[in-house]
Amino acid sequence: MSRITETFKDKKAFIPFITCGDPDLETTEKLVYAMDRARADIIELGIPFSDPMAEGPVIQAANIRALSGVGMVTTDKVFDMVRKIRKTTDIPLVFMTYANVVFSYGSERFISACRESGMDGLILPDIPYEEKDEFAPLCRRYGIDFISLVAPTSEDRIEKIANDAEGFMYCVSSLGVTGTRSGITTDVGEMVKRVKKIKDIPCAVGFGISDTVTAKDMAACSDGVIVGSAIIKIIAEYKRDCIPYVEDYVRKMKEAVS
Amino acid sequence: MSKMSKGRFGVHGGMYIPETLMNAVNEVDEAYRKYKDDPEFNRELTSMLNEYAGRPSRLYYAKRMTKALRGAKIYLKREDMNHTGSHKVNNVIGQMLLAKRMGKTRVIAETGAGQHGVATATVAAMMDMECEIFMGKEDTVRQALNVYRMKLLGAKVHVVDSGTATLKDAVSETFREWTNRIDDTHYVLGSVMGPYPFPEMVRDFQSVISREIKSQIMEKEGKLPDAVIACVGGGSNAMGAFYNFIEDKNVKLIGCEAAGKGVDTFETAATISVGRPGIFHGMKSYFCQDEYGQIAPVYSISAGLDYPGIGPEHAYLHDLGRAEYVAVTDDEAVEAFEYLSRTEGVIPAIESAHAVAHAMKLAPAMAEDKIIVINISGRGDKDCAAIARYRGEDIYE
Repeated sequence: MSRITETFKDKKAFIPFITCGDPDLETTEKLVYAMDRARADIIELGIPFSDPMAEGPVIQAANIRALSGVGMVTTDKVFDMVRKIRKTTDIPLVFMTYANVVFSYGSERFISACRESGMDGLILPDIPYEEKDEFAPLCRRYGIDFISLVAPTSEDRIEKIANDAEGFMYCVSSLGVTGTRSGITTDVGEMVKRVKKIKDIPCAVGFGISDTVTAKDMAACSDGVIVGSAIIKIIAEYKRDCIPYVEDYVRKMKEAVS
Repeated sequence: MSKMSKGRFGVHGGMYIPETLMNAVNEVDEAYRKYKDDPEFNRELTSMLNEYAGRPSRLYYAKRMTKALRGAKIYLKREDMNHTGSHKVNNVIGQMLLAKRMGKTRVIAETGAGQHGVATATVAAMMDMECEIFMGKEDTVRQALNVYRMKLLGAKVHVVDSGTATLKDAVSETFREWTNRIDDTHYVLGSVMGPYPFPEMVRDFQSVISREIKSQIMEKEGKLPDAVIACVGGGSNAMGAFYNFIEDKNVKLIGCEAAGKGVDTFETAATISVGRPGIFHGMKSYFCQDEYGQIAPVYSISAGLDYPGIGPEHAYLHDLGRAEYVAVTDDEAVEAFEYLSRTEGVIPAIESAHAVAHAMKLAPAMAEDKIIVINISGRGDKDCAAIARYRGEDIYE
C-alpha cells in the first residue's frame, strides 16, 4: 500500500492545495511546514502552468503570480524546494499540474525526479483515462501514485477509471472549474459508493469546498476533502504574511472533517 | 512508446481534456460517426451550404496579378464570398446541424478575429439556438466591428481578459464554460484543433473547399494545380484547402503562418518555425512555449492567426514533409493586403493576406504553365480600420 493510501487509514483526510511560488517559493516552503503542523494529511503542490484549463479565476491568478516577475517559478526550482522540504517533513506530497509541464520536461525525467526528490503522487487534470498510458506506467515504475479523477459527468466511465485508480480517487464534486461555490448539488455519496464497489480505494472530494460545514458534509460521505481556492484567497490577501492565517484555516478544516 | 489513444495523426492529436468533458466529447464523436455518412444529414448540409452560405465559392482567375508577377497562373478560391465573409461558416453549419440532432439548444464558441464568432452567431440566429461567444479583450478592440455584428445577431459576447487576452485565452475560457454547462450546450470549436473528434470533424466540414477547387480547376484547366497556398492559425481553411489533394503528390501544399514581427523575435505566432511538441487545448501538436512548457504569449497583426499552436493534422503533414509551412511577417501581409485590393479589386482578410504574400514570392519563380491556387479564406472589410492604423491613418469604424 502506498504512503498516500495509508494516510487514509482510520481517519478522514484533509488535503490542502497551494500553488508553488505564490507569492514566492520561500513562502510555499513555509506553508508546507505550517500546514503539516496544522495536521494536514496530504499536501497538493501545484506547479504553475500558463493556461490552466480546469481552474477558476482564483487559481488562474495564483498561476500567473507564480510565473511572473524575476522570481518566476520553474519546474527545476520546484524540485529543489521539494528536496529541501524532505529534510524536514515526510508528509505525503502530491503534484498537481498540467500535462505540458510534465511532457515538455520529458515525462520520464519528470517522474523520476518526482521519485528522487521525494514526491508521492501526481495529478494531471487534463489527462483523462484515455490518455493515461502515456504517464501512469512511468509513475508505476518510479513508485509515484498517478491519481485519477471522476466527475459528476463520468457516469458509466466510473467503473473503468476506478478499476485502474491508484493512491486515492479524486472525486470532482461539481461541474465547472475549481473555485468556491454556493453549494454542491451532486450526489457525492453515490459517486463514492460506485467507485468503492469496483475498488477499495480512498475517495477524496474536491472543487467548491471552502467552509467547515461543507467540508464536514463531504467528509461524511467520503474519505477526505481537498481545498484549494479558499486557501489561495488567503495567500492572495496576506501574501508573505499568510502563514499563520493559512495554518489556522487548515487546523479548523482538519477538525471539521475529523 | 505506449499505446496511443484514438484520433491520432502520427503522434499528434488525442484527447487531453478534463474528465468532466469526456462524456460530452464522446457524445459529439458518437453523433458525428452516426451522421457523417447519413444521406439525410448530408442533404441538409449541402442544401444549407448552397442556399444559405452561397456555395460553391468561385475559383477566380487572377489575371492582373498573374500578368504582374510574370510567372505561374494564379487562381483565388473565393471563400471570402461565403455568407458571413469567410470559410468559417462551412464548419459552423455542419456542427450546428449536428448539435440540433444531439438535442442541444445552446452553442458556445471562441473567436479570434471574430469570423468564427460571427459565423456561429449567424447560424445560431437562423436555427434559433442560444449563442455565447468568448473573445479575448485584445481582439474585441482590434475587431470591434465583429463584436457589434455578433451582438446584432443576438449572441452574448464574453470579453476574456485572462492570460494574454487573445485567441488562446478565448479557447481556454470556452472549454471552462463547457464544463459548467454540458447538458444543453455544444461547443462549436472553430478550427481543426482541440480534442478528438474536433480536428477530424472540422476538417471534414471544411474539405468542401478542396473538393470544389479540384473540380473547378479540372474544368478550367484540365489539370490539377501545382501549389495550393493557405494561411494557418489553428489551420481550418488550410486543412480544408489541402485535404483532397493530400494523395495528389504533385500538388505542393503550403501553409503560411504568421511570423508577426519576425521568427527571430518574440513577437511571432509561427508555430512550426519556433514551436516544439507539446500538449495543450486537448491535443498533442506543436506549440510556441518556453523550456518548461509554459505557453508563449504569441503575436501577429492578424487576430485570427494569433495562436500559439497548430492543428494536429498539420503537425503530422509537416512531420511527413507532405506540406510545407512558411512564415510571413506583418509587413509582408499588409503589403499583400493592399496589393490584392489594388490589383484584383479583392480585399482579403489580413489572415488570407499571409497566403497572398507567399504566392507573390513564389509565382515569379514558377513557369507560366504552372498553376497556384490561393485560398482567400475571408474578406478584409473587418481589417480596414486596423490596417489604416498600421499605416498611421486614424479612421473611425
